[in-house]
Amino acid sequence: MSTQDKIIAILAQQAILEPSDLALDNSLDDLGIDSMALVESIFAIEEAFDITVPFNANAPHEAAFDISSVASIIAAVDKLIAEQH
Amino acid sequence: MMRRVVITGAGTINALGADVPQTLDAMKEGRCGIGRLDIRDVDRLAIQIGGQVKGYDEQAHFNRQQIALYDRFTQFTLLAARQAMAQSGLTFTGALADRSGVILGTSGGGLNTQDENYRAVYEEGKNRVHPFIVPKLMNNAAVSQVSMEWNLRGPSFTVATACASSNHAMGQAFNMVRCGMATVMVTGGSESMLCFGGIKAWEGLRVMSKDACRPFSATRNGMVQGEGAGVFVFEDYEHAKARGADILCEVAGFAMSSDASDIVMPSKQGAARAIAGALKDAKLAPDMVGYINAHGTGTAANDKTECAAVADVFGAHADQLMISSTKSMHGHLIGGTGAVELLACIMALRDGVIAPTIGYEEPDPECALDVVPNIARDASVDVVLSNAFAFGGLNAVIALRKI
Repeated sequence: MSTQDKIIAILAQQAILEPSDLALDNSLDDLGIDSMALVESIFAIEEAFDITVPFNANAPHEAAFDISSVASIIAAVDKLIAEQH
Repeated sequence: MMRRVVITGAGTINALGADVPQTLDAMKEGRCGIGRLDIRDVDRLAIQIGGQVKGYDEQAHFNRQQIALYDRFTQFTLLAARQAMAQSGLTFTGALADRSGVILGTSGGGLNTQDENYRAVYEEGKNRVHPFIVPKLMNNAAVSQVSMEWNLRGPSFTVATACASSNHAMGQAFNMVRCGMATVMVTGGSESMLCFGGIKAWEGLRVMSKDACRPFSATRNGMVQGEGAGVFVFEDYEHAKARGADILCEVAGFAMSSDASDIVMPSKQGAARAIAGALKDAKLAPDMVGYINAHGTGTAANDKTECAAVADVFGAHADQLMISSTKSMHGHLIGGTGAVELLACIMALRDGVIAPTIGYEEPDPECALDVVPNIARDASVDVVLSNAFAFGGLNAVIALRKI
């Protein structure tokens, strides 16, 4: 499974949707992913890719990790994998 | 008949000091007790700071048999209780002993004991643990040890409502004395969660700051844990007066509420109902309140919700009162936090000094109240409140009055 497919599967599980229902330009709001589901998603991503994601729930949009869309999350994870592996 | 309830003893140990005078001096100076954690495996933690009690030697206070039975949270409780009892001048025998009890708050109880012993059996592969692990780790260990040490034979139990545990405990103690069920109640709370497992669990929530606790500041980035205990002697006013006790202040009212909405996100309505409820219980008008010791965790969510709740309850008077969070100095003691914070309330009433919110860098329009930034302030106040709003939406607010 590619990075993209794995991330979509993680987000789909949190959103209680089928992976095929997700579009790359969806925001987390579009998917109904709230703050708790987001923290769980970050945890699942860290476990799936063995990376550490810089994320503080007090400032979710200010962190180095761009969560504005599905595509931005995939790009951010690709970057972290390249940096940390 | 409802009795009046007063505080006749106070004790503490926390990151700011090993007793009440040291703690209040630190609060007056705006000193920060938060620093780098000195605990096992700290290098494997993403969060490496806390309000830790440093330079603590358990053997200086307790013998080997006691240490085998006293987790760090129990030790802190006993040290704080010793100070409170000495100040009150009370001894408990006969009918007074039967009519006096202990109600304390804690969230994690003997978490250090659990952490050490899970490590022993899982990581180190040991197949045997010390025989007293259960009486050492249980959440009521501190209450029971206090009851035994001072012969308190009345109503006694432990309250666990996460970050509101101490306030809920003190509220119960207050109501028991007020309604005549007890003459004296020893109350407050204790916490010692600064161990690898304790911090690791909190890290997961992603609400902890890596550098500082800056309540109400626009630059705040999360909470910082602390540890320690605060213990008080709550006494029937007539009993205290008859024996000529030095009365620190009156406990005027208490209220609690449940948000019934979310397991971690706070609710303005729930907080406001508890604040308004405490005033109503104390029969005090909102404009009599001069100072509020805030829950003020330094998280994005708590601080703006708490300020909105205060603005709702107090209306125009919200801009006249002072509200500060001493968690910026001693950290968040979770189940013990309300007890240590009550010291700032007593200081406001007795010494006329309002403890500051340190680490304050930049105003946040969503926290536009007088948060006593960075420097303590001299002010004469007659009525103060102490807020506590727990995960799980359980809120408890205490009102104190000068006497």
